[in-house]
Amino acid sequence: MKASELPAAAVFREIKERAESHVRELKQNKTYIMVGAATCGRAAGALDVLKAFREEIKKHNLDCPVIEVGCMGHCYAEPIVIIGKPGYPAICYGYVNPVIAERLVNEFILGENPCPEFVIGALEANDMLPSFQDFPRAEHEQKIVLKNCGHIDPADIEQYIAAGGYAGLAKILGMAPQNVIDEVKKSGLRGRGGAGFPTGIKWQYCRDAKRTPRYVICNADEGDPGAFVDRAILESDPHSVIEGIIIAGYGVGARYGYIYVRAEYPLAVARLETALKQAKKLNLTGSHVLGSDFSFDIQIFQGSGAFVCGEETALIASIEGNAGMPRYRPPYPAVQGLFGKPTVVNNVKTLAYVPRIINNGAEWFRGIGSRESPGTAVFALAGKIVNTGMVEVPMGTTLRQIIFNVGSGIPNKKSFKAVQIGGPSGGCLPEAALDLPVDFDSLQNAGAIMGSGGMVVCDEEDCMVEIARYFLEFTQRESCGKCTFCRLGTKQMLELLADFTQGKGKIEDIDLLEKLAGEIKAGSLCQLGRTAPNPILTTLRYFRQEYEEHITLGRCPALMCQDLIAYYILPDKCERSCDACVGECTVEAIYSHPKKRYKIIDQEKCVKCGTCLKACPPQYNAIVKLSPPSEVPEDNLKEKAQKSKP
Amino acid sequence: MFLDKSRQLRQNCSGQYTMSKVNSAANEKERKHIVKETETILKRFTRKKQYLIPILQGVQGKLGYLPRESMLKIADYLGIAAIDVYSVVTFYNQFRLNPPGKHSIRVCLGTACHMKGGYITLDAWKRRLKIDSGETTPDREFDLDIVACVGCCTMAPVTVVDEKPEGQVEPTRVDGLLLGFGYEEGKKEKEKSESK
Ligand SMILES: Cc1cc2nc3c(=O)[nH]c(=O)nc-3n(C[C@H](O)[C@H](O)[C@H](O)COP(=O)(O)O)c2cc1C
Ligand code: SF4
Ligand code: SF4
Ligand code: FES
Ligand code: FES
Repeated sequence: MKASELPAAAVFREIKERAESHVRELKQNKTYIMVGAATCGRAAGALDVLKAFREEIKKHNLDCPVIEVGCMGHCYAEPIVIIGKPGYPAICYGYVNPVIAERLVNEFILGENPCPEFVIGALEANDMLPSFQDFPRAEHEQKIVLKNCGHIDPADIEQYIAAGGYAGLAKILGMAPQNVIDEVKKSGLRGRGGAGFPTGIKWQYCRDAKRTPRYVICNADEGDPGAFVDRAILESDPHSVIEGIIIAGYGVGARYGYIYVRAEYPLAVARLETALKQAKKLNLTGSHVLGSDFSFDIQIFQGSGAFVCGEETALIASIEGNAGMPRYRPPYPAVQGLFGKPTVVNNVKTLAYVPRIINNGAEWFRGIGSRESPGTAVFALAGKIVNTGMVEVPMGTTLRQIIFNVGSGIPNKKSFKAVQIGGPSGGCLPEAALDLPVDFDSLQNAGAIMGSGGMVVCDEEDCMVEIARYFLEFTQRESCGKCTFCRLGTKQMLELLADFTQGKGKIEDIDLLEKLAGEIKAGSLCQLGRTAPNPILTTLRYFRQEYEEHITLGRCPALMCQDLIAYYILPDKCERSCDACVGECTVEAIYSHPKKRYKIIDQEKCVKCGTCLKACPPQYNAIVKLSPPSEVPEDNLKEKAQKSKP
Repeated sequence: MFLDKSRQLRQNCSGQYTMSKVNSAANEKERKHIVKETETILKRFTRKKQYLIPILQGVQGKLGYLPRESMLKIADYLGIAAIDVYSVVTFYNQFRLNPPGKHSIRVCLGTACHMKGGYITLDAWKRRLKIDSGETTPDREFDLDIVACVGCCTMAPVTVVDEKPEGQVEPTRVDGLLLGFGYEEGKKEKEKSESK
């Protein structure tokens, strides 16, 4: 029988068997090493660790594969390594460097000492070492789209297949396309790109728009400056996204797929290129997928770095070769999209859920998360939090659980102040909102949005006015310029906020800001403009007093706004014989009192870089920030006057 | 991902600022090189406007920036007005109009890095290199720009030096990194005055 006559399921069975035996050969009854080498791991030196392992293994002539994997989500402990050895549970090590790598080979792989001092946790429960299941965070985490991340080699399609990959594709090829859409509808899956639009309904619109060819676009633009989940998924498990695209293509009856990925994500692009080649080779894409009547090709389009291009109509304009400016909707892209044809645009995470939903069924998915928002929420945790990295929890988990149980709270004994969710379109929520369950609707009600999954935690040293200004600066710069309100309004708001952070604002300006925010929301075409005021509105709603303090007292209570603070050396505390700060100051602004020998900061020279504060030995702790700058005692300024006179 | 250049374009739209400066080849040899490289890239694409961005990416990949000669050639090839090429180039943050320096300095101003003092780090780089972000030092040794989250927020504030993310880059680290390039403050000036 010719291959093309075999039903897809039979063709796939063969592929799967081959993949499984390949992975058995690789890992079963054998010691293996996996090194997390996604971007963050590499930044922390994972490639050196990889090299060190390979060299040690070679030196000892061991039969032990060293596998490069993606991101496990424990970014705080990078570089991360997993070692599997027969007779032991798979063990995860953190903060590994080449020296530790060498030790692990000599003591654990060649010997029997699992080096508990470097262990973060074992992957399975056991009675030898603490395991991830024993961590408080395990109780809250549930991994669906991050399941494979950090556990398979993203450049090896067979590892994905052996882990259950592409079974969803094989399954749907035996289903009617409409049934595929119905299944996704039943699952209640909502788009993870920001707005939470029901995915099945979007697909239906596209299928019902009769014109062809239709397109599926995976939106991997991820422009939120505080989010990196999409990138981590593409780098760690690209095939799950590709499988999702193919299934979407089959459902809506598309012939071509695009992945719109930022050129600033070179590793993700490289991983995708490899993955696409492998998928094509196994005929998981291309003409007559797995011998069926369905043909589908995927290509990569590299976006050129414009936040607004994440907006679906701008993204489409960009693929067409134009400047990426949004257009008015309707018509929605599902009806009239790329080259005027029906086009589904879905986020990376949305598409990564799809194969799992097909495999496990809509009911399974509905059983996770909350009623209106089934499934999990994935966040990139960053800022002032102990466990930075990626978390995946069922929808409905509270912010407190995410920040304090999964993220282990705020470092350096500081206290929690706010959490910023949703990036430039989202908002800052205060302590009082911590018991909010996380889902699309409750976040929206609180003034934030789910957005692309950036979650940045702020402590007492973060100024809310400054954060609002930071996001406004971003949206103002990224506004495409099409709408007057968005283009000029954001600029105006930015100027007002900049005035506040410089102590130049007037109290009436707060009302003006609120008025402008309302107008920009009403007068902008796309969500960039319409959501740009969110960071301001939420900080005003929850931290109004901080705005007022900036304006009326010229004081930044968080001691962050550069123009409202001064560095000052407490004469009583300054240890006369120490000059740690003098040498460290990058602009030579610190000198000794001519007679009394304590150090003084020349306020005119000081550029407020904060270096001296860190340089002052903790036992003296003599350097402080003061706000407003007029708090610096007069005599301290006079010293300078004296000094400058010869 | 966002360069200061984009700010210039947005402000063009509101008519308040001048156009970004387009750079041309410095001499005939450079011009020939530019034309040759541009043509090699163009050969890989058919004459469809939808290839404009991939072409620009290709040319910039080769030359490091988009000189006037390349933009004109591309416009000609695709049969579109030069201003359309220019408008796409200035719209996207990825494209550069000025030649890159030997070393690229990218200061992360993603949310996490900003909050841990990325802006102070940027100031330090500006102070030391005596250029603004989006610019190249006159000796073409360094170019300075900002990026958004490069994904290693744990090591904030991050500066990407020649593609390698460096963690905890505070003002003293800035000096340390520059020292690693054999660049000391005032060194250049001193050399100049000595050679006089
Ligand atoms: C300014 C702006 C930026 C956006 N950026 C992204 C992005 O980076 N990634 C994304 O998936 N969606 C982004 N979106 C949302 C898309 O327009 C679109 O709704 C989404 O890709 C649909 O996918 P989903 O249904 O899977 O959520 C953005 C929207 C706007 C207005
Ligand atoms: S709202 Fe802003 S970004 Fe969106 S189309 Fe209008 S000008 Fe462009
Ligand atoms: S803050 Fe920076 S510039 Fe100012 S005195 Fe301290 S080290 Fe010097
Ligand atoms: S653990 Fe690697 S990207 Fe986070
Ligand atoms: S914000 Fe700088 S690396 Fe993430």
